[in-house]
Amino acid sequence: MQLTNRAKKLEKKPMTLAERAYLPAIFQGLSITMRHFFMKKATVRYPEEVRPFAPIFRGLHVLKRDEQGRERCTACGLCAVACPAEAITMVAGERKKGEEGLYREEKYAISYEVNMLRCIFCGLCEEACPKAAVYLQADKIAPPRYERDEFIYGKDRLVEPVSPDERSVRGIQLTPEQADALRNKLAQQPA
Amino acid sequence: MIELPALGWQSIVIFVVFALSLLIATYCTYAERVIAAFLQDRVGPDRAGPYGLAQPLADAVKMFTKEEFFPGGANKALFIFGPCLAMITALMSSAVIPFGNNMSFGNNAFFLQGIEVNIGMLWVFGVVSLGVYGVMIGGWASNNKFSLLGAVRAASQNISYELAMGMALIAVLMISGTLSLRDITLQQSVAGEWHFWNIVKQPLGFIIFLVCAFAETNRTPFDLPECETELVGGYHTEYSSMKLGLYLFSEYVNIFVVSAVMSVLYFGGFNFPFQYELRDWLVSNHGWELASAQNLITILGTVGLFLKIFAFIFFFMWIRWTLPRFRYDQLMRLGWTILIPLAVINILITGGLILFGVIN
Repeated sequence: MQLTNRAKKLEKKPMTLAERAYLPAIFQGLSITMRHFFMKKATVRYPEEVRPFAPIFRGLHVLKRDEQGRERCTACGLCAVACPAEAITMVAGERKKGEEGLYREEKYAISYEVNMLRCIFCGLCEEACPKAAVYLQADKIAPPRYERDEFIYGKDRLVEPVSPDERSVRGIQLTPEQADALRNKLAQQPA
Repeated sequence: MIELPALGWQSIVIFVVFALSLLIATYCTYAERVIAAFLQDRVGPDRAGPYGLAQPLADAVKMFTKEEFFPGGANKALFIFGPCLAMITALMSSAVIPFGNNMSFGNNAFFLQGIEVNIGMLWVFGVVSLGVYGVMIGGWASNNKFSLLGAVRAASQNISYELAMGMALIAVLMISGTLSLRDITLQQSVAGEWHFWNIVKQPLGFIIFLVCAFAETNRTPFDLPECETELVGGYHTEYSSMKLGLYLFSEYVNIFVVSAVMSVLYFGGFNFPFQYELRDWLVSNHGWELASAQNLITILGTVGLFLKIFAFIFFFMWIRWTLPRFRYDQLMRLGWTILIPLAVINILITGGLILFGVIN
């Protein structure tokens, strides 16, 4: 029974002698693979060679320090408000006397946690931050873990190290020259 | 100079031939992975050693440290004997392959060949055809229906392709009139001529032999004995650790042997163009002794033979990573209705040409 007249009658053409002989097709296939033998390899030798990240890549969070090594974050909570995935939680505290070298403002974050299982790496926290404290690093992926609680990053893993050599600019590791410049700057300032 | 009896030299040659077959087969496993990777725009093994050259060693360590497993109700002795037989038959056939011409040191002259026998070709054929027992015993002793099916497939495939292979070979033997691989090689070298290789006289026979060689070594596109989709794995489904390793390894030894046999039968073995001219030129223009000039020719010829063998091994792998597997009925049709009649026609043509004195 014909339901529509859109049906196409397929005709199987008889094979030519070259097609039936089978060998020409084999040689054609062999030439294709041989061309691939000399092609540029798509593989990257990973641990030694890292594929460059895209310039707009957003990776693991970092809490920045200022030029004097003080934490920039004032625990205002704007990042947590901006976060569409509600991944950021923090507890604010008041700076005590003698802690001026540690925290930039009078208010600081006692705890600051990012849940990497919730985070969608949208970068809205970075945009919301008025103190330029939180950034998504441009060259670091959140590493895999075995346990769920290991994905909750506290201040111990988020805050940037004090040492100039381990600091970063916009998430990318400082070059030795930049680290030296920062070290000189820190040395000139009164403690 | 220490006078060594000829037998002493020969035993060294036998040892070298044996060790060389094993070494080349070992590095075939590495070459296979690298070539496969290159054909697929990948890099291949490069972690173990420089360029991954220690990869065969790593594979061996892995094979040896894996769990030994015997299926329940299996015949343990036969289960172990299967891979051993596959390996033994593969290695034994390399004994008669001539790897080079005469070498002479003082009074000692020896031929770079394991054993020189008049029935060299028959020996290779007989031993290679025993290889099917390794597969069959392995499949039978596994006490597994899939393994048995795989083994039966392998057996029927090997036997049907051996017929066409033997018939393709008969045409070569008609030309040479001898079964000795050494004599077949020497016949392909005529002073002043370089086009006396059998490939010129037997192009059709060579193609038939090549196709059958693929089927004999169970390589793609004829690797039906092992098949993940229909047979879980094939005749070695139940095998693990080094027993599986022996099966896979014997395949590579087979490839090496078949490549060597093809080079010897059709591509002039250790002969290379203008070898006698080179020798005479060295003797007359450079004042070399005839013996040392011949030694140099022998060494160059051996290198040339190995280049031919490596080219064939590369071709085997190139084919493997290009062509898909045959369907079983296609395989049988190709063997019985195409290759065997073609081989018979080839024999008739060769006979006619010999009769009318076109080739001798």
